[in-house]
Amino acid sequence: MTTTVIDIHDVSKRYDEGPPALTGLSLDVAEGEALAVLGPSGSGKSTLLNMIAGLDRPTEGTVTVAGTRVDVLDETASARYRRSRIGMVFQFFNLLNDLTVLDNVLLPAQLLGTPRAEARQRAGQLLDGLGIARHAGAYPGRLSGGERQRVAVARALVNRPALLLADEPTGALDTASGADVRRLLADLNADGQTIVLVTHDLALAASCATRTIELVDGRIARDERTAAR
Amino acid sequence: MSALGRVVRAGVGRRRVQSVVMALTTMTAVAASIMAGALVIVSQAPFDHAFGRQHGAHLTGSFDGRKATFAQVAATAHAAGVTAAAGPYAVVSTTPRIDADGLRLPEGGAPLAVTGRADPHGPVDDLTVTSGHWATGPGQIVLDADHWTAPGILGGRLTFPGLPGSPRLTVVGLARSLTSSAGAWVAPAQIAALTAPGATPSYEMLYRFSKAGSSRQIAADRAAVKAAVPAGALTGAQSYLVTRQTVNRETATFVPFVVAFGVLGLVMSVLIVGIVVSGAVSAGTQRIGVLKSLGFTPGQVGRAYVGQALIPALVGAAAGVVLGDLGSVPLLGQAESAYRTGPMAVSGRIDVAVPAGVLALTVLSALTPALRAARLRTVEALAVGRTPRVGRGRTAALLAARLPLPRAVTLGLAGPFARPVRSATIGAAIVLGALGVTFAYGLGATLDGIQKGIDRDAPGQVQVLSGLAPPPPGSGRPAPSGPPSPPDSAAVGRLIAEQPGTRAYFGSGSTRARFAGIAGDVEAVAYQGTYGWGAYQMVSGHWIEGPGQIVVAHRFLQAADARVGDSVTLLGDGRTARVRIVGEALTTGDGGMRVLTDAATLTGVGVQAHTDEFSVELKDGTDRAGYLTALNRALRSVGGEALANSADTSSTVVAMDAITVTLTLMLILVAGLGVLNTAVLDTRERVHDLGVLKALGMAPRQTVAMVLTSVGWIGTVAGLLGVPTGIALHAYVLPVMGEAAGTRIPSVDLAVYHPAQVASLACGGLLIALLGAVLPAGWAARTPTATSLRTE
Repeated sequence: MTTTVIDIHDVSKRYDEGPPALTGLSLDVAEGEALAVLGPSGSGKSTLLNMIAGLDRPTEGTVTVAGTRVDVLDETASARYRRSRIGMVFQFFNLLNDLTVLDNVLLPAQLLGTPRAEARQRAGQLLDGLGIARHAGAYPGRLSGGERQRVAVARALVNRPALLLADEPTGALDTASGADVRRLLADLNADGQTIVLVTHDLALAASCATRTIELVDGRIARDERTAAR
Repeated sequence: MSALGRVVRAGVGRRRVQSVVMALTTMTAVAASIMAGALVIVSQAPFDHAFGRQHGAHLTGSFDGRKATFAQVAATAHAAGVTAAAGPYAVVSTTPRIDADGLRLPEGGAPLAVTGRADPHGPVDDLTVTSGHWATGPGQIVLDADHWTAPGILGGRLTFPGLPGSPRLTVVGLARSLTSSAGAWVAPAQIAALTAPGATPSYEMLYRFSKAGSSRQIAADRAAVKAAVPAGALTGAQSYLVTRQTVNRETATFVPFVVAFGVLGLVMSVLIVGIVVSGAVSAGTQRIGVLKSLGFTPGQVGRAYVGQALIPALVGAAAGVVLGDLGSVPLLGQAESAYRTGPMAVSGRIDVAVPAGVLALTVLSALTPALRAARLRTVEALAVGRTPRVGRGRTAALLAARLPLPRAVTLGLAGPFARPVRSATIGAAIVLGALGVTFAYGLGATLDGIQKGIDRDAPGQVQVLSGLAPPPPGSGRPAPSGPPSPPDSAAVGRLIAEQPGTRAYFGSGSTRARFAGIAGDVEAVAYQGTYGWGAYQMVSGHWIEGPGQIVVAHRFLQAADARVGDSVTLLGDGRTARVRIVGEALTTGDGGMRVLTDAATLTGVGVQAHTDEFSVELKDGTDRAGYLTALNRALRSVGGEALANSADTSSTVVAMDAITVTLTLMLILVAGLGVLNTAVLDTRERVHDLGVLKALGMAPRQTVAMVLTSVGWIGTVAGLLGVPTGIALHAYVLPVMGEAAGTRIPSVDLAVYHPAQVASLACGGLLIALLGAVLPAGWAARTPTATSLRTE
């Protein structure tokens, strides 16, 4: 029996001005799925991702992730939720440039209070597995875009999150690096990692998503399961 | 509006918090500088300035009314060298009784010199009426403001029981004469009623001379006046130089600490304004890149950013001038009281110079980073953006990450290294703040100790004045009537001894005594009875234990070129005696020339000191009010008066305390605003990083901890540096102040920094930092993560 990791029920989001960002959106994501969220600018993709990450709250509806009602969490609980349940990968990496690669990767584990040795072992494994162990002592500014995004992925996975959220993970990469990251995400999903990725990159969606939805004006216009990769 | 104007307006509006902080900082810096500057300026020769304003009398001549006529005295206005004169004024010396609650004569039963004067103003000795109004008719009297300080004195009544009809005058005003030309003033027509039958009033003339800068010139002037009246008519001539010397000595105690605080305030203002303005401009480097990409020249960019800094600075400076002038009123009032001068006001030059200086500093602080940024290539300016230069603080971050502390804390510890100059400057500001607090605490504690020490000149819970004295305030006891009766100190002593509740008492009285090798005479206080418990606070040596020993003040030791343990020769009435200096006491009486000894020491050489005061210590549990009532009843027959001993706090100490507290608060405020600005800049610059950290799971409390840690440790280090520096400043300034006052300060009063206090003071820097950073920390914690992440 598949476990539901994300349960979004009848979510709407309205800001002060303009049309609603999301309108009555409902969505379930099962464990092990790789969901690609497509859609034009302003369709509500980022808003949906922020709801799942606990960075924003719906005006109506509920958002439950890994058994946690995310939409009712206060700031502190929301931070704890992000530490322990999700990992995030951003378009522009969002690495802290004054920390080494290793310290960047360790950061979420340290915020969670993971024992130092355990955190370092996990970070080492991830860096090794992602092929960037040789850069552990380097600063992000010296790495290529693809390498930086690998560091970001390692950081996102260090606390073994139930869910990996990726916001345009290939958006700032050249073709080769983009392909590299696509392969990485596909491999992670193949290993059982549940992924939600927001992208304009159809190639990314095609290569690593097991399901694709398309948002138009805050509603799901299309929901397709893709063929097995 | 031009493009430049729009950029400036938008820049100010877009960064509202920074603009407000800049305006507040400028306001506080200007206000603190005006207050400090005003105090420093009025502390420079205050007597001379006030003397010039009041057209003070170089010489106050007293003439015997029986040997010179009014016209002869008036003619002295034309004596050689006289440039201006006032008088003659008729003067009588008579003893009043006070008929109002809360009033005390400056010296119990002392005669009061009353001058008949129609107008407080004039070409010489232009009096300052400090409260009430001038005596314009019969039944009115104006008292000398420097000697009559009891609250509620205005409206009180003075009765002259020794005169026919017991004239009764109402106190309608208080006035100040720099040279103390009179004890009281009445309308000229009132003098006749205050003159005893058969007596002739003396005359007083006040002179200004063309040459009066030295004692020799004053002596020549006096000779010219003396020659203009019949022989023996000039009975006294008081030089302003004596008063000037006394006032300047008192003023000198003020100057070291006022200057210390003033310099602290000015340096801190410069630091904070510099860091706030340059920080704000540096934070806009990316925007400068955008402006350049749109075609702004470096000059236009420089002007835009100077304008952007000047708008809030101008608002702050204007408000600071108002605040500074208002804040200076009570401070200058305290200084005025301490300096015994006329009204003081903030000089117009300060009101112009301080804001002008601060605005010039603002321009300089804004122009330097703006031009630096404007000279960057456009792409570089855009790339530098709002984050610290890459590479700075990496080692600190690396090391901090290895510390066994929560990650939020270690991130905070490393933060300041990304902006080392800004961190160092704000650290320096906190050092000055901690220094100020430490110095202020030490100053207050030392002054408190000194005050207690000085209060030892009247120890005990009860003071008894032998002879006529006013009734104790609020006692309800009727005032003694009739002329003063001759004091009977032996009888007073017996009555005190017999009074139930008396634990110990001794008598004392002052006289003048002469010592070999010391020019002139000095005040000698003679003690009788068991005076061991009434010891002064000792600077060195011990209290007198019997005849043949003296305890002296510091200036006496200097004048006699002696040390504690040495013997000096007491010159008496045809006899001499060697007396041993057994101690140096904390006392500023008689300008530091006071000598304290057993009465027998003086009588041994034929010098008599009448015991006119008794200090009484009560047994535990004795009701003082009841004791006073009973003792006063017993004393009525012998002309004594018992009073509750309430130590008067010196006006100088009160003024110093008030100024210290005000300036310290200003220093703390300026330092706190500096921290606030730095924390605002840091959190704004790092808002994106903060968003990333929060997206990774940093909780609000951890965010607050990180921001507070980043400034908290600077505050801690600054506190650790500022406290010893403050202690060192205290150790340097206080002895200088004591020396100026004519005394050394006992080591017990200087050793005011105990470990617990030092630890608390060291936390002061941390407290300043945390107070300044708490708002930005809360802001950083509350900013929505999604918003932070969107911020470039």
